[in-house]
Amino acid sequence: MTGTVALAAQSQGFLSTSGVEIAFLLVGLVTFGAALVTVTTKQLVHAALWLVVALGGLAVEYLLLTAEFIAWVQVLIYVGSVVVLLLFGLMLTKAPIGRSPDADSGNRWPALGVAVAAAAALVWIVVDAFRTTWIDLDGAPQGTTKVSGEILFRHWVLPFEALSVLLLAALVGAVVLSRRKADAETAGSKAGGKR
Amino acid sequence: MSDTLDVVLRLVAVFVVFLVLPLAIGQTEHKVMAHMQGRLGPMYAGGFHGWAQLVADGVKFAQKEDVVPAGADRRIFQLAPAVALLPYLLVLIAIPVGPGNAVGQAVDAGLFFVLAVMGVGVLGSLMAGWASANKFSLLGGLRTAAQLLAYELPMLLAAASVAMAAGTVSLPGIVDAFHWWWVPWQIVGGLVFFTAGLAELQRPPFDMPVADSEIIFGAYTEYTGLRFALFLLSEYAGIVVLCGLTTVLFLGGWHGPFGADGLGWLWTLLKTLVLAFVVIWLRVSYPRLREDQLQKLAWTVLIPLALAQIALTGVVKVVTQ
Repeated sequence: MTGTVALAAQSQGFLSTSGVEIAFLLVGLVTFGAALVTVTTKQLVHAALWLVVALGGLAVEYLLLTAEFIAWVQVLIYVGSVVVLLLFGLMLTKAPIGRSPDADSGNRWPALGVAVAAAAALVWIVVDAFRTTWIDLDGAPQGTTKVSGEILFRHWVLPFEALSVLLLAALVGAVVLSRRKADAETAGSKAGGKR
Repeated sequence: MSDTLDVVLRLVAVFVVFLVLPLAIGQTEHKVMAHMQGRLGPMYAGGFHGWAQLVADGVKFAQKEDVVPAGADRRIFQLAPAVALLPYLLVLIAIPVGPGNAVGQAVDAGLFFVLAVMGVGVLGSLMAGWASANKFSLLGGLRTAAQLLAYELPMLLAAASVAMAAGTVSLPGIVDAFHWWWVPWQIVGGLVFFTAGLAELQRPPFDMPVADSEIIFGAYTEYTGLRFALFLLSEYAGIVVLCGLTTVLFLGGWHGPFGADGLGWLWTLLKTLVLAFVVIWLRVSYPRLREDQLQKLAWTVLIPLALAQIALTGVVKVVTQ
């Protein structure tokens, strides 16, 4: 492992940082800060809005890694749809303006432990896997739609299809869960009517 | 140095378009609505047919007191208009108006960029609806969110159909690949895209979230002065963006019967303005759809139509290859 570190340091150098690397680090810090506020703030809707900042920061990180397609999909799916769905749910519960002192599950420390463990595992794996890989910013872009599409549909078709089956299963599950409840309710009301 | 100058000039050009076209459409709306309803409309400001009415409106908005309700979430309330308006400015940068590099900034995955950023604009309405501390505003926000969730999907599917036809997701690339027979081929997708876009902008007949006669302008109830003007401006900027996108994706952008070289941008502008006229026309002539009708239209009509269009595109694409 020390060999690969030396190799990486030799070819690019860890200390001679370029502008893109500095930008990457700064955006990363902003994203991290926004994520921290998201999970610590007592104002529910503010948490959802800070999540927008965190997800947007992540999109910028993808952009800096030249993965343009992934970046826009991130904005489209997460900022444009998932957060809207979250806000919709929060508004349905009439999320109050101001602090909600009881918005705490009491699992603060276990949650922190899980988060740190997950982060450590991910960082370790990513660092180990891409230790000597560098993105050539001057050459042709390596994360264009064309490249992403070719890699996805030539080399990773099976995982891609497996994922879509997983999503389909989740969809069917959601339909079944919501229907069973509705059936039970109508059955209950009918029975009530007979009595 | 000339590179920097080029970028600055392009951004300034996009900004000028962003300032001029929405106002022009606002003025057209005054006039078209007046004519269609057989009334005069504002006729005095400026002398000739009240051309300065929009300027007068702007001055009026600037003079009004900027009120933030006592119970509102102050910062989010004040931030919301900017969140609603800025995405449209960003989208304009990526819309090509002519052949070559007549575009603010060519984006590789341009189609995804514009759809993604347009979706962000709705967050502004949601923030406004929640932060106003007003039940009508909250209802408006809820309706906005429900409408976005319903209409985002058909819009994406229709856009995907064009991307399949062109074999690229870059906006200039899509217009480059355009042939006249794409219009009949993609017409269903085009209609779905335009309709879903109208719904996303909350323009009549899809203006249930702002329905002024029932929930008093929904999310914007508590806004006054410049902040309210910004919301109005974002609606008109949204019309420009939607019509420009429909032009670029489904009507061939700068392609025209003649004069495609050099005058291509005029074709883009003409098609965009005709579509904007249709948007205004629909406002005057169609009654508002009820909330359940809105949802039903999206889920049972538009999505199946968009899927059928994708199937058709795929079949034609495979057969002709």
